[in-house]
Amino acid sequence: MKIANSPNADRLRAALRCLLCVLGLISRALPASAANPPDAPAVILIQNATIMTVSHGTIEHGAILIKDGKIAEVGQSIKAPKDALVIDAAGQFVIPGIIDCHSHIAAESINEGSISVSSIVNMAEILNPEDIDIYRDLAGGVTSANILHGSANAIGGQTLVIKLRWGQPATKLPFEGAVPGIKFALGENPKRSNFSLPGQPRRYPATRMGVEETIRGAFSEARDYKKAWEDYKKRDSAGEKNLIPPRRDLRLEPLVEVLEGKRYVHSHCYREDEILMLLRVAKEFGFKVRTFQHVLEGYKVADELAAAGAGASTFSDWWAYKVEAYDAIPYNAALMTRRGVVVSINSDDAGEATHLNQEAAKSMKFGGMSHDEALKMVTLNPAMQLGIDKRVGTIDVGKDADLAIYNHDPMSAYAVVQKTLIDGRVYFDRQRDIAERPEREKEKKALSDKLKKSGEKKSEDKKPDATVAIGQKPAEKKPGDKKAEEMKPEDKPKPPQSSSRESAAAALLPGGAL
Amino acid sequence: MGSSLILRCASAVCVTVLLTVFCAAPTLHAQGGEPQYFAIRGARVVPVSGAPMENATIVISRGLFTAIGKDVTIPPEAWVIEGQGLTVYPGLFDSFTDVGMPTAPATGGEGGPRRAQEGARGPEDRPASTPWRSAAEEASLSDKRIETWRSAGFTTVVSAPKGGIFPGQAAVLDLAGERAGDLVVKSPVAIPLGFQTSGGFGGGFPNSIMGVLAYIHQVWLDAEWSTKAQAIYEKNLRSTARPRYDRTEAALADALEDHALILIPANNSVQLRRALELADRWHVNGAIYGGQMAYEVAPEIAAKKLPVLVSLKWPEAEKDADPEDKPSLRTLQFRDRAPSSPAALAKAGVKFALYSGGITTPKDILKAAKKSIEAGLAPDAALRALTLSPAEIFGVADRLGSIENGKIANLVVTDGDLFEEKTKIKLVFVDGHRFEAREPEKPKDPPKGDLSGKWKLSYTTPDGPEESTADLAMEKDGTVSGTITSKRGTASIISGSLSVDRFSFTLNIPLEGAPADVTFTGTFDGTSLKGSISVQGFSMEFNGVKPGGISRAMVSPGGAQ
Repeated sequence: MKIANSPNADRLRAALRCLLCVLGLISRALPASAANPPDAPAVILIQNATIMTVSHGTIEHGAILIKDGKIAEVGQSIKAPKDALVIDAAGQFVIPGIIDCHSHIAAESINEGSISVSSIVNMAEILNPEDIDIYRDLAGGVTSANILHGSANAIGGQTLVIKLRWGQPATKLPFEGAVPGIKFALGENPKRSNFSLPGQPRRYPATRMGVEETIRGAFSEARDYKKAWEDYKKRDSAGEKNLIPPRRDLRLEPLVEVLEGKRYVHSHCYREDEILMLLRVAKEFGFKVRTFQHVLEGYKVADELAAAGAGASTFSDWWAYKVEAYDAIPYNAALMTRRGVVVSINSDDAGEATHLNQEAAKSMKFGGMSHDEALKMVTLNPAMQLGIDKRVGTIDVGKDADLAIYNHDPMSAYAVVQKTLIDGRVYFDRQRDIAERPEREKEKKALSDKLKKSGEKKSEDKKPDATVAIGQKPAEKKPGDKKAEEMKPEDKPKPPQSSSRESAAAALLPGGAL
Repeated sequence: MGSSLILRCASAVCVTVLLTVFCAAPTLHAQGGEPQYFAIRGARVVPVSGAPMENATIVISRGLFTAIGKDVTIPPEAWVIEGQGLTVYPGLFDSFTDVGMPTAPATGGEGGPRRAQEGARGPEDRPASTPWRSAAEEASLSDKRIETWRSAGFTTVVSAPKGGIFPGQAAVLDLAGERAGDLVVKSPVAIPLGFQTSGGFGGGFPNSIMGVLAYIHQVWLDAEWSTKAQAIYEKNLRSTARPRYDRTEAALADALEDHALILIPANNSVQLRRALELADRWHVNGAIYGGQMAYEVAPEIAAKKLPVLVSLKWPEAEKDADPEDKPSLRTLQFRDRAPSSPAALAKAGVKFALYSGGITTPKDILKAAKKSIEAGLAPDAALRALTLSPAEIFGVADRLGSIENGKIANLVVTDGDLFEEKTKIKLVFVDGHRFEAREPEKPKDPPKGDLSGKWKLSYTTPDGPEESTADLAMEKDGTVSGTITSKRGTASIISGSLSVDRFSFTLNIPLEGAPADVTFTGTFDGTSLKGSISVQGFSMEFNGVKPGGISRAMVSPGGAQ
């Protein structure tokens, strides 16, 4: 903008803002934040863009018309309707919003690590819509994420797919209609042989054999539980009196849903033997494994994966960070794809998630995947794996307007996200973010000074406190420790990023402790 | 009552004094010595249930209000208190605390709760659950905060056992009594929940917030199931297997049957919205405690019609926070705006009350309440949130919370507006018993030595030598609190200090129908007390030693180790 360079820029901008306010063009003075979602314009036209549809090739100088949050038209040139918000994306690249098939953001806790079968817990109940990682992932073009429980348990907690609707309350995050999931984990993490604490009895299982037995045992229980209810209902509907119904068991109910195909299994794994083990157990009990996560040795059993119809969600090029990851190779994604497996590239990490486009692009070098094949691995493929491909994953008429706009080809290392849209709302706008930073800093400083002032006044009449308050959570954890601790069972090394500690601290909700 | 003739006789006064010196008011009450009828005449009365009245009179008879108004006949037996310049409010109500609960947690014993560190393996082990514990049963007069809270104008609290996910049943307690049972007004009134995790890996189930929620879901289902199963079993003893008894289920099933209020912790917006969903899912009669970010979600809370207890411990920066660790804008906004939550709740039409929430110096509770007034809450709404509203929320508005005929005579009498900083609390009435409130004397100089501990006090009365015990607690600045117990009863120190080696502590007890100060002054040489007891101009010598102090001094000199 030209006015940004003039010495009177601030005043001009303020005046302009006032004018727009008066005209009713800006309905909300507040910037989008953890507590305020952005506006939802009824009609948006993105024009002059290079559109990578994923489903039907690339359209140069194309346009996308968005109506009520859905893609209404995709084409070469579309005339802007009268009331449309027009985004001129000349020289920019539009792709379907990135979908991260393995994420641990936006949650207040990740792992119920105390038990080997923690299917009783549900990530959906503890979503944290104020986790700053949501916003940071938006800044990396991510629009949907599979929020998984940790991997400390052979059978972990219930999981869900969310849309990164920053500023909306927790109830607005879940991807409507997406099939819920459950986390499984194989190998070192659930057997916990490296995690014993002095004085604590070691948790069962301690071997890979035990992991298999744990899963088998839980599904045997679930099968019995299902039968107990079926028997009860049969006898009850036959008019039998005075029946005591079975006790509802919230630990087994999700497993019954797995048996009934109503809940997807997303299983953490590395080695070929454990992958085959789970496929055998699943076959025995008659359920499907929807995705194998990480699946670093997937290239060794790609045919078995393809035959079982299981998806594979892997890393681009992380390996050798532990013995069971020694056989990982960067060709994994390409090799599995060649054998007919639906492959996605995931992050498992909030920082990694900000450049999943580049992670996917690595398979162009390692394995020779095409540009579009690589792009698919962070858009359509994860959508298929999560069963949300009817709604997202490609740029097609009728799909949700979940889009990421880059300044370069997203498969390039120079690509930076300019805007991220979900349901036709601009949840991330790089220019706007940069423009608002001084304002935020100013507010921060003003508040900081104000609070400091009142704090000084108060400190005079502070008295020593002897008693402990009721309902006060013991201050056993410091802000910032939370995520680090929950990451423990996750065996992935942190990528070299300076912001990891900072982001963990920022993820903590203010006023969380009572 | 002694005759005035005897009163004039100095030695006789001594006898009277010494007979009563170490007796608390309630003890006298039992002896028939304390008045049971009071009248406060010509005061400004703020009944909360109605408009304030100027120059009004209140009559208290045997613990209840019996007359309030301008033209009120004062019964001849009443002790009349002139109310000019005084304002009378209903006794204040701290709507969630653990005042009155013994500091040592009750031992679990056999079948007791599995502590988190013992490693519960799932919901069936009932981690951190003691819903059968009852504040009414555990209430204890030994909690010194009963008096400090009362001195700050709080006559009533909702107290609950502490610790765990289901700590126990809360009760409404009045803050005075001769025996612990006198404290209890109503029990149980609520089942508080604590979203407490076992902390870290290896700590047993649940070690995450989602584990805690899952556990609570399961427990409600179990309680419901056990009620149903037990009923079917009772009807078919010979054809049905006996359901297992589980005291967590039994206690919660009873509570649910009584539509007990389930107190759900929720402070920030995310937690508040989550609490609204939980109350729906659980089908319980819910209330929220915390509530400090209600300024963002008040209308949503109003839509669900959940009452809120707002913690007055407003968020602030940690005192020794890392200066490099800059709080986020959102955190700063929260610290700034939290006190506006009560105003937001009032505006949205939510029923709310205020509670101390971890404030340990009760005088700071009103200061904190004043912050919410400065942030937009009407003063009368603030007063209501500390009196009638909590009484309504906990189902005791039929007997507490306002100055109305027939209600329990809990009052706080001040020399000005309750929320003004310079206002002093003059008198407090609990269940019609009168208590003098006063500012504790501040020590002038730092203390030399520590008075804390048990002391044996010896003195000689005209009837011969006598002993009593003092149980003292001294703070770092030399402020002394505690109790003195003679064979006649126990009285609390209303003001006490140690300044260098000079000590002074005062009891206030009714003497011949009027309150009298009994003051102990003297010097502390590091091991013993020496000084005099004075009351109404008369005094006598006394000595104080620590019981067993000599032997301990012999056993543990510095060189012994």
